[in-house]
Amino acid sequence: MRAVRSSAVTALAAAAALTAVAGCSEKSDAKGSGAIQVKASDDACEVSKTSFPAGHVALAVENKGSKVTEVYIYAPGDRIVTERENIGPGTKTTITAEVKAGSYEIACKPGMKGDGIRQKVTVTGKGTPVKRDPRLDEAVAAYRAYVQKQADETLPLVEKFAAAIEDGDVEAAKKAYAPSRVGWERTEPVAESFGDIDPKVDLREDGVEKGAKWTGWHRLEKSLWVEKKITAEDRKLAKQLITDLEDWQKRVGKAELTPTSMANGAKELLDEVQTGKVTGEEERYSHTDLVDIQANVEGAETSYSLLRKVAGENDPELVEELDKQFAAVKKHLDGYREGDGFVAYDDKISKAKRKQLSDTVNALAEPLSKLAAAVVKPAE
Amino acid sequence: MSESQERQDHPEPERTTPSRRALLGWGGAGLAIGAAAAGGTAVALAGDGDPAAQPVAEAGAAVPFHGAHQAGIATAVQDRLHFAAFDVTTDDREALISLLKEWTRAAERMTQGHPVGEGAVGGLAEAPPDDTGEALGLKPSRLTLTIGFGPTLFADRKGKDRFDLKKRRPEALGDLPAFPGDNLDPARSGGDLCVQACADDPQVAVHAIRNLARIGMGKVAIRWSQLGFGKTSSTTPEAQTPRNMMGFKDGTRNIAGTDDAALTRHVWVSPKDGPDWMAGGSYLVARRIRMHIETWDRTSLKEQEDIFGRDKAEGAPVGRRRERDEPNLKAMLPDAHVRLAHPDVNGGATILRRGYSFTDGTDGLGRLDAGLFFLAYQRDVRSGFIPVQTSLARSDALNEYIQHVGSALFAVPPGVRDADDWWGRALFS
Repeated sequence: MRAVRSSAVTALAAAAALTAVAGCSEKSDAKGSGAIQVKASDDACEVSKTSFPAGHVALAVENKGSKVTEVYIYAPGDRIVTERENIGPGTKTTITAEVKAGSYEIACKPGMKGDGIRQKVTVTGKGTPVKRDPRLDEAVAAYRAYVQKQADETLPLVEKFAAAIEDGDVEAAKKAYAPSRVGWERTEPVAESFGDIDPKVDLREDGVEKGAKWTGWHRLEKSLWVEKKITAEDRKLAKQLITDLEDWQKRVGKAELTPTSMANGAKELLDEVQTGKVTGEEERYSHTDLVDIQANVEGAETSYSLLRKVAGENDPELVEELDKQFAAVKKHLDGYREGDGFVAYDDKISKAKRKQLSDTVNALAEPLSKLAAAVVKPAE
Repeated sequence: MSESQERQDHPEPERTTPSRRALLGWGGAGLAIGAAAAGGTAVALAGDGDPAAQPVAEAGAAVPFHGAHQAGIATAVQDRLHFAAFDVTTDDREALISLLKEWTRAAERMTQGHPVGEGAVGGLAEAPPDDTGEALGLKPSRLTLTIGFGPTLFADRKGKDRFDLKKRRPEALGDLPAFPGDNLDPARSGGDLCVQACADDPQVAVHAIRNLARIGMGKVAIRWSQLGFGKTSSTTPEAQTPRNMMGFKDGTRNIAGTDDAALTRHVWVSPKDGPDWMAGGSYLVARRIRMHIETWDRTSLKEQEDIFGRDKAEGAPVGRRRERDEPNLKAMLPDAHVRLAHPDVNGGATILRRGYSFTDGTDGLGRLDAGLFFLAYQRDVRSGFIPVQTSLARSDALNEYIQHVGSALFAVPPGVRDADDWWGRALFS
């Protein structure tokens, strides 16, 4: 993680956090007559109003079907504004949220699976956002799905890492360490946007404030590689890591994502490489920085590839350059492959080699900083 | 006496100042107006080589970018330096050419006090600005940007022709010989390209290199760079010769930027010297010379003066009274610095020096990492720097107190003629 978080994502995160908090705090007066009636069945999702004013919104949900269902309000790009799981057949519940003006979808998911049965709704009021290229909304939705998948696939890998620690098996834990971080490293700017999870799981020793407790991956990294033994405290920390990452897994769907935050997130992933990893600071004990770097680049490329079509229409030269530089960075990293992983990023990697890697990453990060502008150009 | 005071003593009555209206038309709107109105543009409009064409330092004036020779060589030496050597990281000739064009356009703007591209503010909120912004509100400060091409641009260390330039490499752009006593750090030596940024305001010089480096990412990467302060050579003989970090005046006999005859003879490459593309250019030697400051400071005054061959107060050669008196070399010790560096003992070899002092903090042993960043321009290094340095490296008494720790050589092409021309056009065409 970086000590100073990027402004754009953080500002958006603050807004998202407010919405999230409001979404969770169900008020007793929400069951008033103003509530929007949602009748969920096994094959329908009927909404009593498709247009309502911004502000405090209440959905009075009735599950008339035979399956357990869940109901979501999605903002563009499939951001979850609020959701309620486990609504049993024949039961009623009320879901509330503070909703800003704009276009949304209400979804019922019979059987709690898939994209659900969706109904477009319009929330009216001041500050209705300018209509966005629907391809960008698709890109955001696809990226959100990617972020969720990374979280979902990370948990079992972290559990494997934690199990090795529970067993006191230093070697197995060392082996499981770097793979358990890949999904996180691919999507780190999204996780950082929550503000509170990142310091719990990914803080380095020098980032710990005096008097605060150091938890997370890097604390365990130090135990494994420097202290070379597993203590009772480490076992607790490993369990805590799972809990914190489960929190991440639950919340990624609510992250405020926009086409520009995706584009700048891609650049931030490369900033992560440039400021903390190319120097070997991030994985100072395990020297697995190259695994992280590969994951950072993969995450950046995923964002980019989803935005590439729209960006290419506005700035074809930029896309040509980015294609070239992504290829160059991947080729450079391939030079460090060993077995199914990477060589250790330790003293054997000379200063000159580190500079080459840094130059190669700079060559990509600099044009990548122009991606956001290429994506938003039509809105001018 | 400062340069500006000197100038006030000898006003140039024929100098004309365009009206503010004319300036607005010429300079366009924006931040450069203040500087231009203060006198910079007046000299921009004056003729090439005219002594009156020296921009006025205290006004933060702009030095004209276009001309037969690159600015930053014969230009009156500014107070500050940021020098950067670059490796070319692309192997695509066209990409390199487009970078040189882009750099030229940025250099034109920055030397005239304008920001790069669409500027540092007012652009798209979602995108980083074109200009990094730390020179906003600052005057042009006589910024000059001077480009050079290193030997490795023409062929790499294994002789590989990287950009189809091998056959165009000047004979004068060979490798410098290994001089006795050199302790060269590869991380402070060489480079495919260099840019010398000189300005009276360090922030203006740093801003220029930073923006060029950023524009160049993916095509070039900074190999090493050096900040300098306190010019140690003057190209304006009427001004007091500055002192180096050893406390001595240095470069008393330097070639004056106004001495066209000497520049033609010793600095500018003639069309008959070598490849056509270098005509009007020059060759630049850059050396990072570390001074052993602490041991020097505990050396007796007499020994210090003997080592230089000049007195410390006035800078007069041994046995003479005034700084500019003709030195009597035979009166100096055989290993005195001035004696060994003098053209008379080096077959007439004369160079134009533009060096700066540097202090890069301390070296980990508590010693000041300081010295002279030596920059020398000449028509041919084989008759310029090499004979002088060979003689110095062999015998100079000063060698006990200095060490050459970085070295690079560059071919500096002629000037950019106009807004359609670009750095290196003649080389690549």
